[in-house]
Amino acid sequence: MLAAQNLTLAGRLAGITTELHPGEVTAICGPNGAGKSSLLAALAGLLAGDQGAAMLDGAALSALPLDKRAQQIGYLPQSADVAWDVSVETLVALGRLPWRTGGAQDHAAVEAAIAAMQLGALRQRAVSQLSGGERARALLARVLAGEPRWLLADEPLANLDLAHQLALLAHFRALAERGPGVVLVLHDLAQAMNHADRVLVLSGGALVEDGPPQQALRSEAIARHWGVQAQWLGERGARALAII
Amino acid sequence: MTRLNLTLLIALAVLVPLSLLAGRVWIDPTGTTIPHAATILMELRLPRAMLALTLGAGLGAAGAAMQGYLRNPLADPGLFGIAPGAALGAVLSFWTGWAATGWALPLFALIGAGGAMALLGLIAGRSGGVLLFTLAGMIIASLAGALMSLAISLSPTPFAMSEIVTWLMGALADRSWAEVWIAAPLTALGIAALMLAGRALDALTLGELAARSLGMDPRRLQMLMIGGVGLTVGSGVAVAGIIGFVGLMVPHFVRPFTDRRPSQLIVPSALAGALLLLVADCLCRVLPLAGGELRLGIALSLLGAPFFLALLLRMKRELA
Repeated sequence: MLAAQNLTLAGRLAGITTELHPGEVTAICGPNGAGKSSLLAALAGLLAGDQGAAMLDGAALSALPLDKRAQQIGYLPQSADVAWDVSVETLVALGRLPWRTGGAQDHAAVEAAIAAMQLGALRQRAVSQLSGGERARALLARVLAGEPRWLLADEPLANLDLAHQLALLAHFRALAERGPGVVLVLHDLAQAMNHADRVLVLSGGALVEDGPPQQALRSEAIARHWGVQAQWLGERGARALAII
Repeated sequence: MTRLNLTLLIALAVLVPLSLLAGRVWIDPTGTTIPHAATILMELRLPRAMLALTLGAGLGAAGAAMQGYLRNPLADPGLFGIAPGAALGAVLSFWTGWAATGWALPLFALIGAGGAMALLGLIAGRSGGVLLFTLAGMIIASLAGALMSLAISLSPTPFAMSEIVTWLMGALADRSWAEVWIAAPLTALGIAALMLAGRALDALTLGELAARSLGMDPRRLQMLMIGGVGLTVGSGVAVAGIIGFVGLMVPHFVRPFTDRRPSQLIVPSALAGALLLLVADCLCRVLPLAGGELRLGIALSLLGAPFFLALLLRMKRELA
């Protein structure tokens, strides 16, 4: 169980308490500056709160050895920046760094991640030669290669066209169905509505909505927290947001 | 061992004996015997070759690690301010007149390097952030540079001034086994520290945040970098003065032959750096130049500046 207990960070997070569940896709939504990325980084153990703590299975993340934490929690940052022009295979293998196992086990995990992200044909290609969508897949495969129990991704759909957004969301869903918990910072409320099991809405650093998407993202909540009058159209799983 | 490392080792095994034959007096093993050939080989050329290998290896490895740490192919070990710190120590040994006593010059330089390393750790603080660290290095470099200029402008005698200026243009001429025994163990220790940093440097390929999520400990990495770069560069400056551009150039020669992970670059860069300095020093030795020998530091700067420019132009083209 990944949880936040009264997590507070001056100017960014105001006493957030929540518990996330494995096997679920949880979306973190909210207007700009609401503290979404801060919450995600804190849940990944990358940002220490002034008060409260992020907890993994009842233990404070800050008390875990760095390798142990990295084995449990995979984090996909917003930046798709890769400093060196490594091949896709080498990039994906970086995901094994926390394990220090070497050999067959690493190889199998890297192969599985490459297969899951359909990167087999691109494995020898340099990162600079990839399209935006291919690069996003390769970076996600890097996280998957670490076989984390939690996958935390900061705006993974930004800068992707619609087809690639949908493909990536399908990958997140498939991962959650295999057991790990998936936590995504999402800007597109329709994606959160259609693809998340649960939505956390942040506003001004506080957790203001927490529940299934149809409840957390109802029209009144959108009006209150985003200041936009909107209405959901369509059927469950294929909803669109109409601005009034 | 990778094929690249093996190739570099073979090249070294061939070139080291050859380099011993080259110099003002050419020694032809098959030709006529030259008076004092054994002394020239054992007391002049062998220590000089060993020093070239040591310094080249240290600078190459430090350059590879620095580029990985700063995630920038234009980074150079000089950026951390350790070389200027060591040079300041050496300058002070001339200034105070201590340099005349054998061990004082390298000792002062090592103290200067140690001071720069300590200051770097203090300023960069607990955060372990790369940006703050780089800025701290630049502050130290400019401070040491200013103090060096001050020492030169206030030098007690014209002789001390000329000694300082000549020494600053790094060279391997007239070095003995004593310098090798100072530089070699410290450089080996430094390269070991940089090799320990390899995994963390690989993680940094993905950026600082992603690296930390992979378990990289920024404080530990920072300490390894300060220790590794400090020992290799500091001991190099202590025995030979400032030799620039090796750390910048060598990783570029080597990178295309690796998978481009920083950890895979450290050892081959050390070997290639050793090779580069050995060959460059040989060329300095045999180049017919009125008024003595071309200083190694100057030669490498002459080589390095156009290389840097070519690199910049290529990067500009890639970005465009």
